[in-house]
Amino acid sequence: MIAGADYVPLIELPVEWEWAIMKAGQILGIVILLLVSLAFLLLFDRKVWAAVQLRKGPNVVGPFGLLQSFADFFKFVFKEIVIPAGANKTVFILAPLITFVLAFVSWAVIPFANDVVISDLNVGILYLFAISSLGVYGIIMGGWASNSKYPFLGGLRSAAQMVSYEVSIGFIIITVLLLVGSLNLSAIVESQRDGIWMWHAFRLFNFAEFPANILVGVTMLAMLVMFFVSALAETNRPPFDLPEAESELVAGYQVEYSSTPYLLFMIGEYLNIVLMCAMVNILFLGGWHAPWGPVDNPWLGFLIFYVKIWIQFFLFAMVKAIVPRYRYDQLMRLGWKIFLPTSLVAVVAMGYYVTFIAPAAATAVAGAQ
Amino acid sequence: MLASIAFYVLAAVAVISAFAVIAARNPVHSVLFLILTFFTAAGLFVLLGAEFLAMLLVVVYVGAVAVLFLFVVMMLDVDFAELKQGFLSYMPIGALVAAALLGELGLVASAAMSADGAPIAIAPAQASDVTNAEAIGHVLYTEYLLVFQMAGLVLFVAMIGAIVLTLRHRPGVRKQDIAAQVGRRRSEAVELKDVRPGQGIG
Repeated sequence: MIAGADYVPLIELPVEWEWAIMKAGQILGIVILLLVSLAFLLLFDRKVWAAVQLRKGPNVVGPFGLLQSFADFFKFVFKEIVIPAGANKTVFILAPLITFVLAFVSWAVIPFANDVVISDLNVGILYLFAISSLGVYGIIMGGWASNSKYPFLGGLRSAAQMVSYEVSIGFIIITVLLLVGSLNLSAIVESQRDGIWMWHAFRLFNFAEFPANILVGVTMLAMLVMFFVSALAETNRPPFDLPEAESELVAGYQVEYSSTPYLLFMIGEYLNIVLMCAMVNILFLGGWHAPWGPVDNPWLGFLIFYVKIWIQFFLFAMVKAIVPRYRYDQLMRLGWKIFLPTSLVAVVAMGYYVTFIAPAAATAVAGAQ
Repeated sequence: MLASIAFYVLAAVAVISAFAVIAARNPVHSVLFLILTFFTAAGLFVLLGAEFLAMLLVVVYVGAVAVLFLFVVMMLDVDFAELKQGFLSYMPIGALVAAALLGELGLVASAAMSADGAPIAIAPAQASDVTNAEAIGHVLYTEYLLVFQMAGLVLFVAMIGAIVLTLRHRPGVRKQDIAAQVGRRRSEAVELKDVRPGQGIG
């Protein structure tokens, strides 16, 4: 409210309605931003893929093919929606909607910059974890409702795969939580504000706090790599795209989908990938803070956050282009026999660091001054 | 105002979807309604200010347990006619369970309300700087540590039991030997042959 004497609002609204309208505006803004960014990220993904294979990629629609995603959008929307005769209609339509909506819902707690966040939840990271664990429903429902063999197999595969990798993602998140001591995403970013060597991923190279940096640095670097790989598996991205492996299952759970429902599935999938980039960013790579130090200006912070997401998306695109697909038993072995024990040990190591090493190092620093 | 609208919407959805769990003809729909019930219950927790519990409910029940329910139910080949037949014979025992649950609910409600209808069991006043997660952690790992660990052990035993019951080593079945697969060297697997034009490898 503007506190001027001659200010008369057009309509007198209760305070909480005003709040609701403001939040709705913010949500709309972020949704539009995400969708427009996504259009160019999709093009970027295809361009990177093409460059690795010495092709040009989409280059016809618009300059450098910049409008390709928009052309694809119109093509998807204007096609006819085909619903298979034996399909369970309600669930069949509901599945892509769930994927689509859940992909947007997670962004409610992502802090884009200093104080730029729709809802600064105290349990923000748990909320993200909870919503990303729901992502499996869209796929499994779509696979079942199609009433056909390949989609069903794809749905079952993805259910097992996503549940398995969630476990190790959970433990990796716990290591970060132990280090920071908070479930709030803004607090996690704020704990990494003092330049690149205080980012969780690069604590190993922060020799100012030697020897305390060794344990935390090695653990966090390993956790970053494991989180990235688990994120690939969690979002069904190559090399772990077994739910839709085209050489075995045609297109897995998406076989029977066409037109707009297919588009919703695809937007949801890519949005989840971008969300995982944002999570890596917040948990390990300093969020909106610059490598040279803290950034408190929201506009600059937002720009840095945005650029970091694009850099990480580039990594996702490169992995898709250069790594061959895993076999299903290899995928399960990696998840349960390598990632799960390693992340459990990491939780114990971080617990040891937080209880014994960090307080001792803090007193040593205080004594030196 | 907004909070009460949210409460009535969530409560109504929770009750309706809980009823739909038992009313739905298709077991898969039942499980989906069950998931909706869990989800709205989590929303009610958030309204109560117990956001940590709400998130745990979603992570554990919706994200993991219900996925496995759905997984199993989808793979069942259910005969709906057969499913309907047993209804009358299971009716008495079902009614008994329902009556017991209703009685328990009444007991809880009467414990929470005093005679004049005012709620009496008010949560102990919290210091405002202690978050939800922290408060639960303090209680869980100090006062109730033993019970907590025992609950974990019970779950562990149940898990081992399920594995022991289903694990059979059948003789004469070809099984995957992962160690042999991983330990294979290139020299054992690939051999280069110089094939002459017009001839195959004999």
